[in-house]
Amino acid sequence: MASLRGKPPIVEWLEERLAFDAIQAFIAHKKVPKHSATMWYYFGGITLFLFGIQVATGILLLLYYRPSAGEAYESVQFIVTRVEFGWLIRSIHSWSANLMILAAFIHMFSVVFLRAYRRPRELTWLSGVGLLGLALGFGFSGYLLPWNTISYFATKVGTDMAAAVPLIGPTLARFLRGGNEVGGATLTRFFGFHVAVLPALTTGLLMVHLFLVQRFGISSPPRVEEQNRASGGPAPEMPFFPNFFLRELMAWYAALAVLGMLAAIFPWELGEKADPFASAPAGIRPEWYFLAPFYTLKLIPSHVWMFEGELLGLLGFGLLAAWWVTLPFWANDRSGSERTRLVTGTGVALIAYLATFSALGYWK
Amino acid sequence: MPQTRRGLVSWLLGGGVTASIAAFLYPVLRFMAPPPIAEASVNEVTAGKVKEFKVNAGRIVKFGSTPALLVRLGDDEWRSYSGVCTHLNCTVQYQESSRQIWCACHNGFYDLNGKVVSGPPPRPLEEFTVRVRGDEVVLSRRG
Repeated sequence: MASLRGKPPIVEWLEERLAFDAIQAFIAHKKVPKHSATMWYYFGGITLFLFGIQVATGILLLLYYRPSAGEAYESVQFIVTRVEFGWLIRSIHSWSANLMILAAFIHMFSVVFLRAYRRPRELTWLSGVGLLGLALGFGFSGYLLPWNTISYFATKVGTDMAAAVPLIGPTLARFLRGGNEVGGATLTRFFGFHVAVLPALTTGLLMVHLFLVQRFGISSPPRVEEQNRASGGPAPEMPFFPNFFLRELMAWYAALAVLGMLAAIFPWELGEKADPFASAPAGIRPEWYFLAPFYTLKLIPSHVWMFEGELLGLLGFGLLAAWWVTLPFWANDRSGSERTRLVTGTGVALIAYLATFSALGYWK
Repeated sequence: MPQTRRGLVSWLLGGGVTASIAAFLYPVLRFMAPPPIAEASVNEVTAGKVKEFKVNAGRIVKFGSTPALLVRLGDDEWRSYSGVCTHLNCTVQYQESSRQIWCACHNGFYDLNGKVVSGPPPRPLEEFTVRVRGDEVVLSRRG
Protein backbone atom coordinates (compact mmCIF):
# COMPACT_ATOMS: atom_id res chain seq x y z
CA MET A 1 0.00 0.00 0.00
CA ALA A 2 1.65 3.16 -1.23
CA SER A 3 -0.18 5.43 1.22
CA LEU A 4 1.32 3.57 4.14
CA ARG A 5 4.90 3.94 3.05
CA GLY A 6 7.16 5.82 5.43
CA LYS A 7 4.90 5.51 8.50
CA PRO A 8 6.00 3.87 11.75
CA PRO A 9 5.24 0.12 11.72
CA ILE A 10 2.78 0.41 14.61
CA VAL A 11 0.74 3.04 12.70
CA GLU A 12 0.77 0.81 9.60
CA TRP A 13 -0.32 -2.14 11.70
CA LEU A 14 -3.21 -0.19 13.21
CA GLU A 15 -4.25 1.36 9.88
CA GLU A 16 -4.46 -2.04 8.28
CA ARG A 17 -6.76 -3.31 11.01
CA LEU A 18 -8.84 -0.22 11.81
CA ALA A 19 -9.35 1.00 8.21
CA PHE A 20 -8.28 4.57 8.89
CA ASP A 21 -8.38 5.25 5.15
CA ALA A 22 -12.09 4.49 4.97
CA ILE A 23 -12.79 6.67 8.01
CA GLN A 24 -10.69 9.49 6.56
CA ALA A 25 -12.49 9.24 3.21
CA PHE A 26 -15.86 9.26 5.00
CA ILE A 27 -14.98 12.32 7.06
CA ALA A 28 -13.53 14.11 4.03
CA HIS A 29 -16.95 14.03 2.37
CA LYS A 30 -18.78 15.51 5.32
CA LYS A 31 -19.65 19.18 4.79
CA VAL A 32 -21.27 21.87 6.92
CA PRO A 33 -23.37 24.68 5.35
CA LYS A 34 -21.77 28.10 5.67
CA HIS A 35 -24.04 31.12 6.21
CA SER A 36 -24.78 33.90 8.68
CA ALA A 37 -26.42 31.48 11.19
CA THR A 38 -23.69 28.81 11.17
CA MET A 39 -22.76 29.69 14.76
CA TRP A 40 -25.95 28.03 16.04
CA TYR A 41 -24.67 24.69 14.76
CA TYR A 42 -22.08 24.63 17.54
CA PHE A 43 -24.63 24.24 20.34
CA GLY A 44 -25.40 20.59 19.60
CA GLY A 45 -21.69 19.81 19.91
CA ILE A 46 -21.39 21.92 23.06
CA THR A 47 -24.27 19.96 24.62
CA LEU A 48 -22.53 16.72 23.72
CA PHE A 49 -19.23 17.99 25.14
CA LEU A 50 -20.87 18.97 28.43
CA PHE A 51 -22.56 15.56 28.54
CA GLY A 52 -19.07 14.02 28.23
CA ILE A 53 -17.94 16.15 31.18
CA GLN A 54 -20.96 14.92 33.14
CA VAL A 55 -20.04 11.30 32.44
CA ALA A 56 -16.37 11.82 33.41
CA THR A 57 -17.02 13.81 36.60
CA GLY A 58 -19.96 11.53 37.50
CA ILE A 59 -17.71 8.48 37.35
CA LEU A 60 -15.18 10.28 39.55
CA LEU A 61 -17.83 11.18 42.14
CA LEU A 62 -18.93 7.53 42.20
CA LEU A 63 -15.54 6.66 43.70
CA TYR A 64 -16.61 8.28 46.99
CA TYR A 65 -20.38 8.77 46.93
CA ARG A 66 -22.53 6.46 49.12
CA PRO A 67 -26.18 6.18 48.09
CA SER A 68 -27.96 5.80 51.44
CA ALA A 69 -29.90 8.25 53.58
CA GLY A 70 -27.46 7.74 56.44
CA GLU A 71 -24.30 8.31 54.42
CA ALA A 72 -25.10 10.31 51.25
CA TYR A 73 -24.76 13.78 52.76
CA GLU A 74 -21.64 12.81 54.73
CA SER A 75 -20.01 11.27 51.67
CA VAL A 76 -20.57 14.44 49.63
CA GLN A 77 -19.25 16.46 52.57
CA PHE A 78 -16.21 14.18 52.57
CA ILE A 79 -15.74 14.75 48.83
CA VAL A 80 -15.84 18.54 49.11
CA THR A 81 -13.78 18.86 52.27
CA ARG A 82 -11.33 15.94 52.41
CA VAL A 83 -10.71 14.67 48.87
CA GLU A 84 -8.20 16.68 46.87
CA PHE A 85 -9.95 18.73 44.17
CA GLY A 86 -13.20 17.14 45.37
CA TRP A 87 -14.90 20.54 45.64
CA LEU A 88 -13.86 21.28 42.06
CA ILE A 89 -15.03 17.98 40.60
CA ARG A 90 -18.41 18.23 42.35
CA SER A 91 -18.78 21.87 41.40
CA ILE A 92 -17.95 21.11 37.77
CA HIS A 93 -20.52 18.26 37.78
CA SER A 94 -23.26 20.56 39.09
CA TRP A 95 -22.43 23.56 36.92
CA SER A 96 -21.90 21.45 33.83
CA ALA A 97 -25.33 19.85 34.34
CA ASN A 98 -26.92 23.29 34.30
CA LEU A 99 -24.90 24.53 31.34
CA MET A 100 -25.68 21.32 29.45
CA ILE A 101 -29.42 21.87 29.83
CA LEU A 102 -29.01 25.53 28.85
CA ALA A 103 -27.01 24.49 25.74
CA ALA A 104 -29.65 21.85 24.91
CA PHE A 105 -32.42 24.50 25.13
CA ILE A 106 -30.44 26.88 22.88
CA HIS A 107 -29.82 24.02 20.44
CA MET A 108 -33.52 23.13 20.42
CA PHE A 109 -34.74 26.68 19.84
CA SER A 110 -32.12 27.24 17.13
CA VAL A 111 -33.45 24.11 15.39
CA VAL A 112 -36.95 25.63 15.53
CA PHE A 113 -35.99 29.08 14.28
CA LEU A 114 -33.68 27.72 11.56
CA ARG A 115 -36.45 25.24 10.53
CA ALA A 116 -34.12 22.26 10.86
CA TYR A 117 -36.98 19.98 11.99
CA ARG A 118 -38.46 19.87 8.45
CA ARG A 119 -38.90 16.69 6.42
CA PRO A 120 -37.01 14.31 6.52
CA ARG A 121 -35.65 15.29 9.95
CA GLU A 122 -38.76 14.67 12.06
CA LEU A 123 -37.15 11.74 13.86
CA THR A 124 -34.02 13.78 14.56
CA TRP A 125 -36.30 16.34 16.26
CA LEU A 126 -38.16 13.67 18.23
CA SER A 127 -34.95 11.98 19.40
CA GLY A 128 -33.55 15.40 20.36
CA VAL A 129 -36.62 16.31 22.41
CA GLY A 130 -36.40 12.84 24.01
CA LEU A 131 -32.78 13.55 24.94
CA LEU A 132 -33.80 16.85 26.52
CA GLY A 133 -36.42 14.96 28.53
CA LEU A 134 -33.74 12.52 29.69
CA ALA A 135 -31.45 15.44 30.60
CA LEU A 136 -34.25 16.87 32.76
CA GLY A 137 -34.61 13.40 34.33
CA PHE A 138 -30.88 13.44 35.10
CA GLY A 139 -31.33 16.87 36.70
CA PHE A 140 -34.30 15.81 38.81
CA SER A 141 -32.75 12.54 40.00
CA GLY A 142 -29.29 14.03 40.59
CA TYR A 143 -30.69 16.93 42.62
CA LEU A 144 -31.69 14.56 45.45
CA LEU A 145 -28.39 12.69 45.67
CA PRO A 146 -26.54 15.02 48.12
CA TRP A 147 -29.52 14.47 50.46
CA ASN A 148 -29.75 18.06 51.62
CA THR A 149 -32.81 19.96 52.81
CA ILE A 150 -33.54 21.80 49.56
CA SER A 151 -33.21 18.71 47.38
CA TYR A 152 -35.27 16.64 49.81
CA PHE A 153 -38.25 19.00 49.77
CA ALA A 154 -37.91 19.67 46.03
CA THR A 155 -38.18 15.91 45.48
CA LYS A 156 -41.21 15.71 47.78
CA VAL A 157 -42.90 18.43 45.73
CA GLY A 158 -41.80 16.92 42.39
CA THR A 159 -42.98 13.41 43.17
CA ASP A 160 -46.21 14.81 44.64
CA MET A 161 -46.89 16.48 41.30
CA ALA A 162 -46.53 13.08 39.67
CA ALA A 163 -49.18 11.79 42.09
CA ALA A 164 -51.70 14.26 40.63
CA VAL A 165 -51.55 12.65 37.16
CA PRO A 166 -55.00 11.18 36.43
CA LEU A 167 -55.42 7.39 36.88
CA ILE A 168 -51.76 6.36 37.16
CA GLY A 169 -50.65 9.21 39.45
CA PRO A 170 -50.50 7.42 42.82
CA THR A 171 -48.81 4.35 41.28
CA LEU A 172 -46.33 6.57 39.44
CA ALA A 173 -45.48 8.52 42.61
CA ARG A 174 -45.02 5.29 44.57
CA PHE A 175 -42.81 3.92 41.81
CA LEU A 176 -40.66 7.07 41.82
CA ARG A 177 -40.39 7.19 45.61
CA GLY A 178 -39.88 3.48 46.13
CA GLY A 179 -42.60 3.73 48.80
CA ASN A 180 -45.25 6.10 50.08
CA GLU A 181 -42.85 8.79 51.23
CA VAL A 182 -39.58 10.29 50.08
CA GLY A 183 -36.90 8.51 52.10
CA GLY A 184 -33.87 6.27 51.89
CA ALA A 185 -35.62 4.04 49.34
CA THR A 186 -36.17 7.07 47.09
CA LEU A 187 -32.51 8.00 47.32
CA THR A 188 -31.34 4.50 46.35
CA ARG A 189 -33.86 4.45 43.51
CA PHE A 190 -32.92 7.91 42.20
CA PHE A 191 -29.27 6.88 42.35
CA GLY A 192 -30.09 3.83 40.22
CA PHE A 193 -31.98 6.00 37.71
CA HIS A 194 -29.19 8.57 37.69
CA VAL A 195 -26.19 6.29 37.16
CA ALA A 196 -27.66 3.29 35.30
CA VAL A 197 -31.15 3.64 33.79
CA LEU A 198 -30.88 7.16 32.39
CA PRO A 199 -27.30 6.75 31.07
CA ALA A 200 -28.33 3.55 29.26
CA LEU A 201 -31.37 5.22 27.67
CA THR A 202 -29.37 8.34 26.84
CA THR A 203 -26.58 6.38 25.18
CA GLY A 204 -29.08 4.55 22.96
CA LEU A 205 -31.05 7.66 22.02
CA LEU A 206 -27.90 9.69 21.50
CA MET A 207 -26.65 7.09 19.02
CA VAL A 208 -29.95 7.32 17.14
CA HIS A 209 -29.80 11.14 17.18
CA LEU A 210 -26.20 11.26 15.92
CA PHE A 211 -26.90 8.61 13.31
CA LEU A 212 -29.82 10.68 11.98
CA VAL A 213 -27.73 13.87 11.97
CA GLN A 214 -25.13 11.93 10.02
CA ARG A 215 -27.66 10.37 7.65
CA PHE A 216 -29.46 13.57 6.65
CA GLY A 217 -26.55 15.99 7.03
CA ILE A 218 -26.86 19.45 8.51
CA SER A 219 -29.91 21.42 7.44
CA SER A 220 -29.75 24.90 5.92
CA PRO A 221 -32.47 27.43 6.78
CA PRO A 222 -35.08 27.92 3.97
CA ARG A 223 -33.95 31.49 3.25
CA VAL A 224 -30.38 30.28 2.69
CA GLU A 225 -31.66 27.49 0.42
CA GLU A 226 -33.60 30.10 -1.59
CA GLN A 227 -30.57 32.39 -1.83
CA ASN A 228 -28.47 29.48 -3.06
CA ARG A 229 -31.10 28.54 -5.64
CA ALA A 230 -31.32 32.15 -6.82
CA SER A 231 -27.57 32.54 -7.14
CA GLY A 232 -27.34 29.30 -9.11
CA GLY A 233 -23.85 28.52 -7.87
CA PRO A 234 -22.84 25.77 -5.43
CA ALA A 235 -24.05 26.30 -1.86
CA PRO A 236 -21.31 27.73 0.37
CA GLU A 237 -20.08 25.07 2.75
CA MET A 238 -16.97 24.09 4.71
CA PRO A 239 -15.41 20.68 5.27
CA PHE A 240 -16.43 19.15 8.60
CA PHE A 241 -12.82 18.13 9.20
CA PRO A 242 -10.73 20.02 10.02
CA ASN A 243 -12.53 23.36 9.44
CA PHE A 244 -15.75 22.87 11.38
CA PHE A 245 -14.19 20.47 13.85
CA LEU A 246 -11.50 22.94 14.93
CA ARG A 247 -14.08 25.71 15.28
CA GLU A 248 -16.20 23.36 17.39
CA LEU A 249 -13.10 22.58 19.45
CA MET A 250 -12.68 26.30 20.13
CA ALA A 251 -16.34 26.45 21.19
CA TRP A 252 -15.65 23.58 23.61
CA TYR A 253 -12.70 25.46 25.03
CA ALA A 254 -14.92 28.52 25.50
CA ALA A 255 -17.56 26.37 27.23
CA LEU A 256 -14.84 24.86 29.39
CA ALA A 257 -13.55 28.32 30.32
CA VAL A 258 -17.03 29.43 31.39
CA LEU A 259 -17.51 26.16 33.29
CA GLY A 260 -14.14 26.37 35.04
CA MET A 261 -14.77 29.98 36.00
CA LEU A 262 -18.22 29.28 37.43
CA ALA A 263 -17.03 26.17 39.30
CA ALA A 264 -14.03 27.94 40.82
CA ILE A 265 -15.65 31.29 41.65
CA PHE A 266 -19.07 29.96 42.70
CA PRO A 267 -18.49 26.47 44.17
CA TRP A 268 -21.77 24.56 44.40
CA GLU A 269 -23.13 24.69 47.93
CA LEU A 270 -23.98 21.58 49.89
CA GLY A 271 -26.49 23.10 52.34
CA GLU A 272 -27.90 21.39 55.42
CA LYS A 273 -28.49 17.66 55.73
CA ALA A 274 -32.08 16.62 54.97
CA ASP A 275 -34.26 16.00 58.01
CA PRO A 276 -37.56 14.30 57.10
CA PHE A 277 -39.11 15.45 60.37
CA ALA A 278 -38.16 19.11 60.06
CA SER A 279 -40.45 21.79 58.58
CA ALA A 280 -39.72 22.92 55.05
CA PRO A 281 -37.59 26.07 55.26
CA ALA A 282 -38.47 29.21 53.30
CA GLY A 283 -37.04 29.52 49.80
CA ILE A 284 -37.55 25.93 48.68
CA ARG A 285 -37.42 25.87 44.91
CA PRO A 286 -36.32 23.45 42.20
CA GLU A 287 -33.49 23.89 39.70
CA TRP A 288 -33.97 26.84 37.34
CA TYR A 289 -35.22 24.67 34.46
CA PHE A 290 -38.20 23.52 36.53
CA LEU A 291 -38.95 27.02 37.86
CA ALA A 292 -41.51 27.97 35.18
CA PRO A 293 -43.89 25.05 35.87
CA PHE A 294 -43.18 25.43 39.60
CA TYR A 295 -44.28 29.07 39.57
CA THR A 296 -47.25 28.35 37.28
CA LEU A 297 -48.56 25.81 39.78
CA LYS A 298 -48.18 28.40 42.54
CA LEU A 299 -50.48 30.76 40.64
CA ILE A 300 -53.26 28.28 39.88
CA PRO A 301 -55.98 28.36 42.57
CA SER A 302 -56.61 25.16 44.53
CA HIS A 303 -59.90 24.56 42.68
CA VAL A 304 -61.05 25.80 39.31
CA TRP A 305 -64.76 25.02 38.90
CA MET A 306 -64.92 21.28 39.73
CA PHE A 307 -61.28 20.46 38.99
CA GLU A 308 -58.26 20.51 41.26
CA GLY A 309 -55.83 23.28 40.32
CA GLU A 310 -52.81 20.98 40.29
CA LEU A 311 -54.56 18.61 37.90
CA LEU A 312 -55.42 21.45 35.55
CA GLY A 313 -51.82 22.66 35.64
CA LEU A 314 -50.50 19.21 34.78
CA LEU A 315 -53.05 18.88 32.00
CA GLY A 316 -51.89 22.23 30.61
CA PHE A 317 -48.22 21.19 30.75
CA GLY A 318 -49.07 17.88 29.10
CA LEU A 319 -50.88 19.58 26.23
CA LEU A 320 -48.10 22.14 25.82
CA ALA A 321 -45.47 19.38 25.75
CA ALA A 322 -47.48 17.36 23.21
CA TRP A 323 -47.93 20.46 21.03
CA TRP A 324 -44.20 21.17 21.15
CA VAL A 325 -43.03 17.58 20.58
CA THR A 326 -45.25 17.16 17.52
CA LEU A 327 -44.05 20.46 16.00
CA PRO A 328 -42.68 18.94 12.73
CA PHE A 329 -46.08 17.36 12.09
CA TRP A 330 -48.16 20.54 12.27
CA ALA A 331 -45.51 22.89 10.91
CA ASN A 332 -46.94 22.41 7.41
CA ASP A 333 -50.58 22.76 6.39
CA ARG A 334 -52.42 20.20 4.25
CA SER A 335 -51.27 21.79 1.03
CA GLY A 336 -47.69 21.40 2.21
CA SER A 337 -46.89 25.09 2.73
CA GLU A 338 -45.03 26.00 5.85
CA ARG A 339 -46.83 27.60 8.78
CA THR A 340 -43.82 29.79 9.43
CA ARG A 341 -45.62 32.37 11.54
CA LEU A 342 -47.26 29.77 13.75
CA VAL A 343 -43.95 27.97 14.39
CA THR A 344 -42.02 31.17 15.07
CA GLY A 345 -44.87 32.52 17.21
CA THR A 346 -45.00 29.32 19.25
CA GLY A 347 -41.22 29.37 19.74
CA VAL A 348 -41.18 33.03 20.78
CA ALA A 349 -44.19 32.56 23.09
CA LEU A 350 -42.58 29.53 24.73
CA ILE A 351 -39.29 31.38 25.30
CA ALA A 352 -41.22 34.37 26.71
CA TYR A 353 -43.22 32.10 29.04
CA LEU A 354 -40.15 30.17 30.24
CA ALA A 355 -38.09 33.34 30.76
CA THR A 356 -40.82 35.31 32.55
CA PHE A 357 -42.09 32.53 34.79
CA SER A 358 -38.59 31.30 35.62
CA ALA A 359 -37.61 34.85 36.65
CA LEU A 360 -40.81 35.23 38.70
CA GLY A 361 -40.25 31.80 40.26
CA TYR A 362 -36.72 32.79 41.21
CA TRP A 363 -37.42 36.21 42.68
CA LYS A 364 -40.96 35.94 44.07
CA MET B 1 11.41 24.51 16.52
CA PRO B 2 9.11 24.68 13.47
CA GLN B 3 10.40 26.69 10.50
CA THR B 4 7.12 27.48 8.73
CA ARG B 5 4.00 29.32 9.80
CA ARG B 6 1.92 26.14 9.44
CA GLY B 7 4.47 24.26 11.54
CA LEU B 8 4.32 26.91 14.24
CA VAL B 9 0.51 26.88 14.32
CA SER B 10 0.47 23.06 14.52
CA TRP B 11 3.08 23.15 17.25
CA LEU B 12 1.08 25.72 19.25
CA LEU B 13 -2.14 23.77 18.75
CA GLY B 14 -0.57 20.46 19.73
CA GLY B 15 1.19 22.06 22.68
CA GLY B 16 -2.03 23.74 23.81
CA VAL B 17 -4.00 20.50 23.62
CA THR B 18 -1.26 18.58 25.45
CA ALA B 19 -1.07 21.25 28.17
CA SER B 20 -4.86 21.18 28.51
CA ILE B 21 -4.90 17.41 28.89
CA ALA B 22 -2.17 17.59 31.51
CA ALA B 23 -4.09 20.33 33.35
CA PHE B 24 -7.23 18.13 33.38
CA LEU B 25 -5.44 14.94 34.34
CA TYR B 26 -3.61 16.35 37.35
CA PRO B 27 -6.69 17.16 39.46
CA VAL B 28 -8.35 13.93 38.29
CA LEU B 29 -5.40 11.83 39.46
CA ARG B 30 -5.21 13.72 42.76
CA PHE B 31 -8.96 13.23 43.21
CA MET B 32 -8.68 9.48 42.69
CA ALA B 33 -6.00 9.07 45.37
CA PRO B 34 -7.91 8.22 48.58
CA PRO B 35 -7.25 10.85 51.27
CA PRO B 36 -5.50 9.55 54.36
CA ILE B 37 -7.93 8.87 57.19
CA ALA B 38 -6.40 9.14 60.61
CA GLU B 39 -7.26 6.07 62.64
CA ALA B 40 -6.43 5.93 66.31
CA SER B 41 -3.92 3.12 66.75
CA VAL B 42 -5.28 0.58 69.21
CA ASN B 43 -2.95 -1.23 71.61
CA GLU B 44 -5.46 -2.77 73.99
CA VAL B 45 -9.08 -3.92 73.77
CA THR B 46 -11.55 -5.69 76.00
CA ALA B 47 -12.69 -8.83 74.20
CA GLY B 48 -15.61 -9.65 76.52
CA LYS B 49 -16.51 -11.47 79.77
CA VAL B 50 -14.68 -14.68 80.69
CA LYS B 51 -17.93 -16.68 80.89
CA GLU B 52 -18.76 -15.80 77.26
CA PHE B 53 -15.86 -17.95 76.00
CA LYS B 54 -16.07 -21.76 75.93
CA VAL B 55 -13.03 -23.99 76.46
CA ASN B 56 -11.43 -25.32 73.24
CA ALA B 57 -13.20 -22.69 71.16
CA GLY B 58 -12.11 -19.60 69.29
CA ARG B 59 -13.85 -16.37 68.45
CA ILE B 60 -13.06 -13.36 66.27
CA VAL B 61 -13.12 -10.09 68.21
CA LYS B 62 -12.50 -6.49 67.14
CA PHE B 63 -9.00 -5.16 67.71
CA GLY B 64 -9.33 -1.56 66.51
CA SER B 65 -10.28 -1.81 62.86
CA THR B 66 -8.87 -5.32 62.36
CA PRO B 67 -10.02 -8.76 63.53
CA ALA B 68 -8.24 -10.69 66.30
CA LEU B 69 -8.66 -14.39 67.08
CA LEU B 70 -9.10 -15.26 70.75
CA VAL B 71 -8.83 -18.94 71.69
CA ARG B 72 -9.60 -20.35 75.14
CA LEU B 73 -7.59 -23.58 75.54
CA GLY B 74 -8.35 -24.29 79.20
CA ASP B 75 -9.96 -22.57 82.18
CA ASP B 76 -7.00 -20.25 82.61
CA GLU B 77 -5.20 -20.79 79.33
CA TRP B 78 -5.79 -18.24 76.55
CA ARG B 79 -4.17 -17.40 73.22
CA SER B 80 -4.77 -14.51 70.90
CA TYR B 81 -3.42 -13.61 67.46
CA SER B 82 -4.07 -11.16 64.72
CA GLY B 83 -7.00 -12.66 62.80
CA VAL B 84 -5.51 -11.64 59.47
CA CYS B 85 -3.81 -14.43 57.51
CA THR B 86 -0.30 -13.43 56.44
CA HIS B 87 -0.90 -14.93 53.00
CA LEU B 88 -3.61 -12.82 51.35
CA ASN B 89 -5.45 -10.99 54.12
CA CYS B 90 -8.34 -13.45 54.76
CA THR B 91 -9.64 -13.83 58.31
CA VAL B 92 -8.56 -17.05 60.03
CA GLN B 93 -10.56 -19.31 62.39
CA TYR B 94 -9.85 -21.81 65.18
CA GLN B 95 -10.41 -25.44 64.20
CA GLU B 96 -11.50 -27.35 67.28
CA SER B 97 -10.94 -30.85 65.81
CA SER B 98 -7.29 -30.30 64.83
CA ARG B 99 -6.62 -27.65 67.53
CA GLN B 100 -5.01 -25.50 64.87
CA ILE B 101 -5.71 -22.12 63.29
CA TRP B 102 -7.01 -22.46 59.77
CA CYS B 103 -7.39 -20.04 56.89
CA ALA B 104 -10.21 -21.23 54.62
CA CYS B 105 -9.18 -19.14 51.62
CA HIS B 106 -6.06 -21.15 50.65
CA ASN B 107 -5.99 -23.89 53.30
CA GLY B 108 -3.21 -22.40 55.40
CA PHE B 109 -2.65 -23.86 58.89
CA TYR B 110 -0.98 -22.25 61.92
CA ASP B 111 -0.25 -23.93 65.24
CA LEU B 112 -1.23 -22.53 68.63
CA ASN B 113 1.98 -20.49 68.74
CA GLY B 114 0.94 -18.74 65.53
CA LYS B 115 3.63 -20.52 63.48
CA VAL B 116 2.88 -21.77 59.97
CA VAL B 117 2.28 -25.53 59.90
CA SER B 118 1.29 -25.99 56.27
CA GLY B 119 -0.08 -24.13 53.28
CA PRO B 120 0.95 -20.88 51.63
CA PRO B 121 1.16 -18.33 54.53
CA PRO B 122 4.69 -16.86 54.48
CA ARG B 123 4.90 -15.58 58.09
CA PRO B 124 3.54 -16.48 61.53
CA LEU B 125 0.49 -14.64 62.92
CA GLU B 126 1.18 -11.67 65.20
CA GLU B 127 0.51 -12.81 68.76
CA PHE B 128 -1.31 -10.66 71.33
CA THR B 129 -1.01 -10.84 75.11
CA VAL B 130 -4.16 -12.01 76.92
CA ARG B 131 -4.88 -10.97 80.52
CA VAL B 132 -7.92 -11.60 82.64
CA ARG B 133 -8.87 -8.56 84.72
CA GLY B 134 -11.69 -9.35 87.06
CA ASP B 135 -14.24 -11.04 84.83
CA GLU B 136 -13.03 -9.39 81.62
CA VAL B 137 -10.60 -10.69 78.99
CA VAL B 138 -8.20 -8.01 77.76
CA LEU B 139 -6.01 -8.28 74.66
CA SER B 140 -2.95 -6.12 74.16
CA ARG B 141 -0.29 -5.68 71.52
CA ARG B 142 3.15 -6.97 72.52
CA GLY B 143 6.14 -4.66 72.69
